[in-house]
Amino acid sequence: MDLNQKRTRTVDRVDSVDPDLVSPESTPMCPFPDEVLEPVLSLINSHKDRSSVSLVCKDWYNAERWSRRHVFIGNCYSVSPEIVVGRFPKIRSVTLKGKPRFSDFNLVPEDWGADVYPWLSVLAKAYPFLEELRLKRMAVSDESLEFLAMNFPEFKALSLLSCDGFSTDGLKAIATHCRNLAELDIQENGIDDLGGDWLSCFPETLTTLQVLNFASLNSEVSFSDLEKLVTRCKSLRVLKVNRTINLDQLQKLLLRAPQLTELGTGTFTQDLVTRPVADLEATFGSCKNLLTISGLWDTNSLYLPVIYPACASLTFLNLSCAALRSFELAMLLIHCKSLRRLWVLDTVGDMGLEAVGSWCPLLEELRVFPADPFEQENVAGVTESGFVAVSRGCPKLHYVLYFCHQMTNAAVATVVQNCPGFTHFRLCIMNLGQPDYVTNEPMDEAFGAVVRTCPNLQRLAVSGLLTDLTFEYIGKYAKNLEILSVAFAGSSDLGLKYVLGGCPRLRKLEIRDCPFGNAALLSGLTKYESMRSLWMSACNLTMNGCRVLAKEMPRLNVEVMKDEDSEDSQAHKVYIYRTVAGPRRDAPPFVLTL
Amino acid sequence: MSTEDQFGLEITELRLGLPGGGGGGGERKVKKRVFLDILGGGDEVDLCGNGGGKNRNMEVAVGWPPVCSYRKRTIIKMYVKVSMDGAPFLRKIDINGFKGYSDFVMALEKLFGLGDECEYIPIYEDNNGDWMLVGFVPWEMFTETCKRLRMKKKVLDGGLQTKNLMRKNEN
Repeated sequence: MDLNQKRTRTVDRVDSVDPDLVSPESTPMCPFPDEVLEPVLSLINSHKDRSSVSLVCKDWYNAERWSRRHVFIGNCYSVSPEIVVGRFPKIRSVTLKGKPRFSDFNLVPEDWGADVYPWLSVLAKAYPFLEELRLKRMAVSDESLEFLAMNFPEFKALSLLSCDGFSTDGLKAIATHCRNLAELDIQENGIDDLGGDWLSCFPETLTTLQVLNFASLNSEVSFSDLEKLVTRCKSLRVLKVNRTINLDQLQKLLLRAPQLTELGTGTFTQDLVTRPVADLEATFGSCKNLLTISGLWDTNSLYLPVIYPACASLTFLNLSCAALRSFELAMLLIHCKSLRRLWVLDTVGDMGLEAVGSWCPLLEELRVFPADPFEQENVAGVTESGFVAVSRGCPKLHYVLYFCHQMTNAAVATVVQNCPGFTHFRLCIMNLGQPDYVTNEPMDEAFGAVVRTCPNLQRLAVSGLLTDLTFEYIGKYAKNLEILSVAFAGSSDLGLKYVLGGCPRLRKLEIRDCPFGNAALLSGLTKYESMRSLWMSACNLTMNGCRVLAKEMPRLNVEVMKDEDSEDSQAHKVYIYRTVAGPRRDAPPFVLTL
Repeated sequence: MSTEDQFGLEITELRLGLPGGGGGGGERKVKKRVFLDILGGGDEVDLCGNGGGKNRNMEVAVGWPPVCSYRKRTIIKMYVKVSMDGAPFLRKIDINGFKGYSDFVMALEKLFGLGDECEYIPIYEDNNGDWMLVGFVPWEMFTETCKRLRMKKKVLDGGLQTKNLMRKNEN
């Protein structure tokens, strides 16, 4: 790599490069010659580290920008594609995130934006050899997928998480034209599933697939084409099929791909038994490299045991599609001594969670999802006692997502005593405004205990009946908090003021249905530029308050989403984010940038 | 700004009534009416539920609980197979959908078109593989441990007093 040659090329480009920055010689401040610096920097992958490197001096800034291969853009509107390609000439992998997270819960209207197409057209010119694209909460059309398939001949990896706007026709284009495809990962998207024939579009010559995840699609694919694909892709390590794939078919696939490290099964039961269960069990036994199992739809006590032979080395078990009961989970976990991450439905109950505490001492992450989130009567689910039971048996637990109907302050305090290493604490008491059901007090002390006891806390989601005291605790103690989610909580502006006045590391704040008004919003004026974004909906903000903020802070985009039902002076949904790209040019009519 | 009225949550309270009024006065127009957001199924949920025995705050809101659309689509019911002696077909019943034995057995009988004084008694296989009389254990334990059900034809001189058992174990 002749670095001097590269420098000349830079000078020839007519874009935002300052010729003063171009210097083949090392300055006294930076004793490392470029020949050393760039190869060293090329080993640094963390984007936070790379940001730090780029701030050291101009030479390091340049060395960093030339050696960077992957760019992560947490908010697609914080920067323009032109600025990105101008700064980083040699990118091979792009990660882009779009809509605010509350769009997952239908709080963001359709056609809000985050269209990937404008990005693709710029990327195609600047990075014709782009290999990877990972999108989260972006609007992706079939045209975009077709454009992607046709304009990037080296394209290898596509990951779409929580995106919408495309159909299986778009997938057809990817399968047909991406000759070097190694990864196709389609998760939790709002996809128009028109049929499973996209899978048959992979050419017979394609042998490079390593990751294939179509678990969230509904339509049946051609099993024989799938089997042939799996057979010829010897490097396949991740295979997650959809529910239409039955047990017999799964068995055939596993026999073709015993090297898999991650498996997502299809439906895990059958009415007509065509093959003895022992056969299936043996097949699972022959998959020596499995680390992750997911899927397991419809499974029951008869079929779940077939996975036991593969359980000893499992590190991640995703049972969030399987309505297991406590004894079924317990029987399974006895075999899962290496488990680090576990996702379950609350059908397992407190007894199931006791089994978790008993059998999974290495557990680091637990997510308990509600099987029936809208059922308010006659619900069992999990309670505070299950939570405590897990914390007793799993001292390494640091990530929890817990949906329940009842909780107590004392239980949460016990949990964090047992597991002070929490980095992610997301508690969702599903009944709105639910106090401690034993003492009838607010849940303030619970979250106070969390922030006081867990110094490494990065992410917190609160729920239940909460007063401003919760936020006083958060502002005071949560020194490492980066992401905070708040709903139906707080008593006054003070609540938000406490958070904005504390939490030095706060990056993302999302608030809904809280009594926080303009005074609180404006108290965080100087903080918002150090954050990625702030979302506030159904609070007490007015247009005037938002206008003041927009005027004081020109480098923030203050966007208000107008709603037919609310009065003109109210700012019903507000999304504020820092940006170097100025106001959005693609904002729909219901989004006002102030 | 919000009055201190039942934790200030009256804004989010959903009341039954005609649209545009009649749901109790004094509602601020500023706050949007919030509506139950259910995807899939078609079952009506008892919004101002008086049943269930527990005095819960039965309030609902858009996008709450924060379960993403993908998860909402895979909401799972706990269906258990039910066979009946002499019948060539099996049925499925959602054991999570009932409050107690009386509701449950009534639904079972309805499922097979059986009358009040029917000749069948319900038995179930539990997690240990044992066949038990329905009603033998407390309701919660039953829902936890029932693997499958069978409507067994009554033995004439058996006289098992299942209905009394169920009443005793009603919760």
